[in-house]
Amino acid sequence: MTDIEAVGRQLADAVKRYSADYIEARLEESQRSHITYRGRELESIGQINAIGGNVRALVKGGWGFVSFNNLADLPGKVELAVKQARLVGREESKLAPVEPIVDIVPTKIDKEPTTIPLAEKKRLLDEYNALIWRTPKLQTSVIAYGDSHKKVIFLSSSGSYIQQEWSDITLRLSAVAAEDGDVQQVGLSLGSRGDFNAINGLHQPVEHMAKHAVELLSAPQVKGGEYTIVLDPVLAGVFVHEAFGHLSESDFVYENERLRQIMVLGKRFGDKALNVVDSAATPGLRGSYKYDDEGVPATKTYLIREGELVGRLHSRETAAKMGEKPTGNARAINYRFPPIVRMTNTYIEPGSASFGDIIADIKEGVYAKNWLGGTTAMEMFTFSAGEAYMIRNGKLAEALRPVVLTGNVFTTLNNIDAIGNDLEMNEGGGCGKGMQAPLPVSNGSPHIRIRHCLVGGR
Amino acid sequence: MENILAQAKRVAEEAEVFMVSSEETPVQFEANRLKHIQSKQSTSLTLRIVRQGRIGYAATTELNNTQSLIDNAMATAQFGMRAKFELPAKAAYPQIDIFDPNVESTPIEKMIQLGEELVALITEHTPDIVCETMVTKEIISLRIINSRGGEASYRKSIFSLSMWGSLIRGTDMLFVGEMQSSCHPLTQPKEIAAVVIQHLELAKNQASVPSKQLPVIFTPRGVVSAFIPSLMMAFNGKTVLEGASPIGNRLGEKVFDPKLWLWDDPTIAYRPNSRPCDDEGIPSQRTPLIEQGTVANFLYDLQTAALAGTKSTGNGNRDGGLPAPSPTTLVIAPGKANFDDMVNDIKEGLVIEQLMGAEQGNVLGGDFSGNVLLGYKVENGKIVGRVKDTMVSGNVYQLLKEGIAIGSEAKWVWGFLQTPHIYCPSLSVASKG
Repeated sequence: MTDIEAVGRQLADAVKRYSADYIEARLEESQRSHITYRGRELESIGQINAIGGNVRALVKGGWGFVSFNNLADLPGKVELAVKQARLVGREESKLAPVEPIVDIVPTKIDKEPTTIPLAEKKRLLDEYNALIWRTPKLQTSVIAYGDSHKKVIFLSSSGSYIQQEWSDITLRLSAVAAEDGDVQQVGLSLGSRGDFNAINGLHQPVEHMAKHAVELLSAPQVKGGEYTIVLDPVLAGVFVHEAFGHLSESDFVYENERLRQIMVLGKRFGDKALNVVDSAATPGLRGSYKYDDEGVPATKTYLIREGELVGRLHSRETAAKMGEKPTGNARAINYRFPPIVRMTNTYIEPGSASFGDIIADIKEGVYAKNWLGGTTAMEMFTFSAGEAYMIRNGKLAEALRPVVLTGNVFTTLNNIDAIGNDLEMNEGGGCGKGMQAPLPVSNGSPHIRIRHCLVGGR
Repeated sequence: MENILAQAKRVAEEAEVFMVSSEETPVQFEANRLKHIQSKQSTSLTLRIVRQGRIGYAATTELNNTQSLIDNAMATAQFGMRAKFELPAKAAYPQIDIFDPNVESTPIEKMIQLGEELVALITEHTPDIVCETMVTKEIISLRIINSRGGEASYRKSIFSLSMWGSLIRGTDMLFVGEMQSSCHPLTQPKEIAAVVIQHLELAKNQASVPSKQLPVIFTPRGVVSAFIPSLMMAFNGKTVLEGASPIGNRLGEKVFDPKLWLWDDPTIAYRPNSRPCDDEGIPSQRTPLIEQGTVANFLYDLQTAALAGTKSTGNGNRDGGLPAPSPTTLVIAPGKANFDDMVNDIKEGLVIEQLMGAEQGNVLGGDFSGNVLLGYKVENGKIVGRVKDTMVSGNVYQLLKEGIAIGSEAKWVWGFLQTPHIYCPSLSVASKG
C-alpha cells in the first residue's frame, strides 16, 4: 500500500504554501473485512482496502473542503479548498485556541483484528450459527461481523501533526422465527475497540436470542398508552444518547438563538440524582480516542450534573462562538467528510437502587431491554426495545412483542425517578448524523425507571 | 480494468471488475447563511471472482495496487458461498436518459444563488425559522467488465436541493423540510418553498388527539415512513428465499386492496435512481410488484435468483459489498380520491406527514409504531392543527388489505419513490393528549 506517512509530509509542505485563516488536512488508510451469514450459510465474505484524504480551509468564517482518494496533485487540492472557503467567507473566523500537538498514538491492543486469519473468525461465527439453528421454528438468521483498522494522520497550519491508529469490531446477530404468516425477529449487537475477545464466548446470549424470537410468536402486543417503564442498562444507554445526547451537540445550538435560550447552562432537566457524562477520555471503549479529528485532546464532559445542564459538546468553532472551552468532540466518520460535533462514550452515572428496589412498587408497567433502534428530533425522540416484559405487582410477568417508546426531552428526563447501581456500557451501537453513519460510539447506564412514558401499541 | 480481469482469469474460473467514480459538490447553508463548499472525489475498484466454485470479493481505492486486490479476493474465495449464477455475456441495454451536461457545468455561484433564494423565500414567510439548506451536484461514472465478455458503462448526473427548517417557540420545536432531486439541474426553489410554507401554515395551531382507533390519511412522505420499510423487505428476493417474507409464498394471490399498484422502475428518464443496467450488468426493466392488490413479482440479483430458480430482475445493487437485491425507483399508482375530499370525509382523525421510529419495530412482520413527528388533527372535515407527543401503531398487511382510498395526485419523495396519499379507515393512536 502507499505510505501515507510520506504523503503526509508532502501535504504538510503544501499546506504551508497557501494562505487562509486556518488549514487542516487528514490522511487515512484502512483495512476492513466482513463476514456475513444469512440463514445456515455463509453469504458474503470480503476484504476492502482504502486510502484517502481531505483538506479543509477556513477563510473569514467560511469553510472549503476537498476530499479525494487520488493522491496526485496535493497542492491543487489545498488550493481548491482555500478558493472555496474564500467564496463562502463573509465574516470573521472564530476557532477556540488549542496548543499545536505533535504525537504518535498506536493502538493498544494485543492482536490486531484485521490480522486474525479469516478461518479463525469464521470458526467462531460457525459456532454461533449452529447454536441459533438448534432452535426449532426458526425461519432464518443473520450474522454480520465486521472489523477494521485505520491509521489517520492529522496536520494543520498551526503546526499540529498527529498520527493515530484505531481498530474496531462489530458483531450483529438476529434470529427470525415464523409461524402461520406471523414473523418475529430478535437481535443482538456487540462491538469493541478492536478486542476480538469481546465477541468470544457469547454462546449463552446467542442461544437466548434465538429462543426469544420463537417465544415472541405467542407473545401479545402491548396496549398503547402511558406506563411506568424500567429500562435495562443497554436500552437506557440508547435512551440517554437519543433523549439528551444529541441536544447537547453544540452545532445544533450555536447559530440558533432560540435554542441557545432553551439550552442555557443551569437549566434543570431532571432530578438531583441525574448525572450524564460524555467521555472520549475514558480509555478502551468504542468512542474512545486521544485526539479528535481537529487535533483537540479528548475530555470527560459532564452534560447534566445533579439534574442541571452544566456542559455541552463542542468543536473548535462552536466553542469559540459560544465562548466556551473546546471539548474535543469533532469527529468525522472517514476522510470523505468534514468533522462535526459528535458524542463518544455517553452514560448516566450510577445511583444506589438495586433492580429489585426499582420494580418493587410497580403495579403495572413495562420492563424494556435491549435495543432495536433510536432516533431523535431534538424535542421528541423514540427508541425501541428488542425485548420487553410486563411488570405486574412488582414482578416480571409475560413477554411482549417489541415495543417502541417515545418521549419529550423537556418532560421525560424529569420523570426518571429511580437510578440503579449497575452501570454497564453497551458497545453494539453506531450513531448517525448528517449522512455520517455508523460512527463508533458507546452508550451506558444503570437500570432506570421512568414514570408516564408513552408506549406505542394496539 | 482489463489488466485486472486478465490477471484474475488466470487464478479463477470467473471474474468481474466493477469500477465506480464520483465527483460531488455540495454547497451547504447553515442557520440561513452560506457556510461550506465541498468537493468530493472518489473512485473504488471491486473484484468478484468464482474460484473452485466459490465467490471471492475484494475492493480497493488504490487503482495501481492490483496485486493485493487479487490476493484478497482469492483469500475470501476459500470460504465464500458457492456461486450458482452465470455472469452476463455482452448484452444490449435500453437507452435511459440519465445524464445532463448542464449539471456538471452549473457554476458554484449559481448553486449559491439557488440556496440563497430558497432561504429568502422561507424566511420571508417566517422570519424566525432557522434553515439548513444543501445544493448538490454529482457526476457518477460506472463500468463493469466480466470474464464472459460482458461489458456495461454509463454516466449519470444528479442535482439535488434540500432544505430543513427548525422553528422554536419556547420549548416547542417544529421541523419542516423538503428535498428534490433530478438528473437535470433544478432551478425552481419556489416549489420547495411552497411545500415548506404550507406546513408552516398548517402547524401554526396545535391540537390534541384522544387515545383510540382513528382514520388516518398518510401523505406521500407519510406513506414512505409507515409502509415502505416493511414492503421493501417483503419484496426482496433474499427475504423471500429465506422464507422470512410474510408474502413470500403468496405470489399471484390478492394480499392487498385491489386499488393498490406498486412497481420498481429504473427506466424512468432523468430520475436519480434510473440506469441502463444494474451493478451486475443486467439490463434494467420495469418490474410490477403489486398489480390490483395481487403480489406480482419479487426483486432479484443474479445469485439470489439462481438460488430461487428464477431470473434476475436487474436489481443487483452494491453497497460496499457483494451485489444484493434492492429497489431502484418505486412507484405507487395514483387512484381516484381527491385529498380535500378525503379530509372532508373525516369526522375525527389524523393526517400523517412523518413518523419517527416507525422502522424500529418488527418491520419484517409488517408492524410499525412511530411518533408523529409531523402530523395534523382533522375535525369535522377540516385540518385544525399539529399534533404532538402522539404515537400510532399498525400493521402494513392489515392496513393495506382492504378499505383504503388512494389519492389522485402522486408526489416524489426523497427522490426515489413516487406515491399518492393513502387513506386508512382505522389506526391505533396513543397520545399524551
